[in-house]
Amino acid sequence: MIGIIDYGMGNLRSVENALKAIGQECVISADPAVLHSCDKLILPGVGAFGDCMKNVRDRKLDVFMKDEVASGKPLLGICLGMQMLFEVSEENGLNEGLGFLKGRVTKMITDLPVPEIGWNELEWNHDHPLKGILSEHPYVYYVHSYSAVDYDDEALAGYSMYGEIRVSGLVIGPHVMGTQFHPEKSAEDGLKILRYFAEVFE
Amino acid sequence: MITRRIIPCLDVKDGRVVKGINFVGLREVGDPAELAKQYYEQGADELVFLDITATHEHRETMVHIVEKVAEQVFMPFTIGGGIRTADEIRAVLRAGADKVSLNSAAVRNPDLISQSASLFGSQCIVLAVDGRMRETKDGWNVVINGGRIDTGIDAVEWIKEGVAKGAGEILLTSMDADGTKNGFDLPFLKAVRKEVHVPVIASGGCGSLEHFHEVFAQDAADAALAASLFHYGELTVGDVKNYLKEKGIPVRL
Repeated sequence: MIGIIDYGMGNLRSVENALKAIGQECVISADPAVLHSCDKLILPGVGAFGDCMKNVRDRKLDVFMKDEVASGKPLLGICLGMQMLFEVSEENGLNEGLGFLKGRVTKMITDLPVPEIGWNELEWNHDHPLKGILSEHPYVYYVHSYSAVDYDDEALAGYSMYGEIRVSGLVIGPHVMGTQFHPEKSAEDGLKILRYFAEVFE
Repeated sequence: MITRRIIPCLDVKDGRVVKGINFVGLREVGDPAELAKQYYEQGADELVFLDITATHEHRETMVHIVEKVAEQVFMPFTIGGGIRTADEIRAVLRAGADKVSLNSAAVRNPDLISQSASLFGSQCIVLAVDGRMRETKDGWNVVINGGRIDTGIDAVEWIKEGVAKGAGEILLTSMDADGTKNGFDLPFLKAVRKEVHVPVIASGGCGSLEHFHEVFAQDAADAALAASLFHYGELTVGDVKNYLKEKGIPVRL
């Protein structure tokens, strides 16, 4: 059972639909007791970083997630949920994140349109098991104006180039995985990434 | 590298997909969820559903359609047409839509843009603008109600204001080009693109593969939307993407 963390933000329905399509049982909940009984957790997220972290903290889900991950339960952060895995974000002033991964989240400065909206190729920074699972040139769907910087190189599994910016697309840490893109909206390769998280990732 | 997006647009009336030519003379072409799945399999990058009934009971129908589509296709889609309030936006987003497009309601109440952008995030607020060249030929005016009312508002200025209020993307329809199949309205698109930094979706006038190519080759838009071309099977999304790839335009294949 996969628990989708409901903290009042984000398109939870789409994540649920995608998990069902790959045959995974899931539950949407804000209740730590329900989420604790799940094998894995997904942290979606849409909106502004500060608002999301506030909602998470108000529900004491920050402490909950830290305890769960510390005890070895895998957590997948999607889009803003991925950004929240880092230490800090510069969106609307400085806001502290969950701190599972070293790094900070900053506004993308480029001549290209911001937000980046659309399908971008996921390129590999390291040899990762997903490389053998996804298409040869996987495309994934991004919608974001901020991206992570100053991360540990070893945490970056895959990235996408947006103009000159190397967007941290897929990050991995101890029991945590994060995608800046939306796997639930990234067609068949996206579903394969969710399947990898559900069936393989520890 | 970011790819250029190809977006089929489905006009929905009474729960069925139809396509108007210059918004008159509707002809039913099918079931929304079925068509969505077909486009998903063809490799469409996104879908736009425009609800052209937009009465209260049909809005419920639309939410139901959104739910059905979201269960079957794993790509982004936008709902537009007659959305007037934050509650209506919330309902379609909750049902599984990724974005909403605001058109006439935003013109009548520009604060709807800022209100919904702050509630749901700019990334899901698309400002849809229908424009027509002024008789003086010195620019474009915003038209609403399917082109029936000329607001007298300058389209480029309105788009600048909309982006300042939090619109994350622009869906620009040229009423001069729409239905002509003579190609996208490049001067209008470029005039908008020069002024705003958010992605622009070109709409209206596409009639051939070459039209998709020129709008991207001239960097007049980030995405291109078409309806009847795809619905009547004149072209598939795959045809368009293969053609663009051959011409060196980055696409997802």
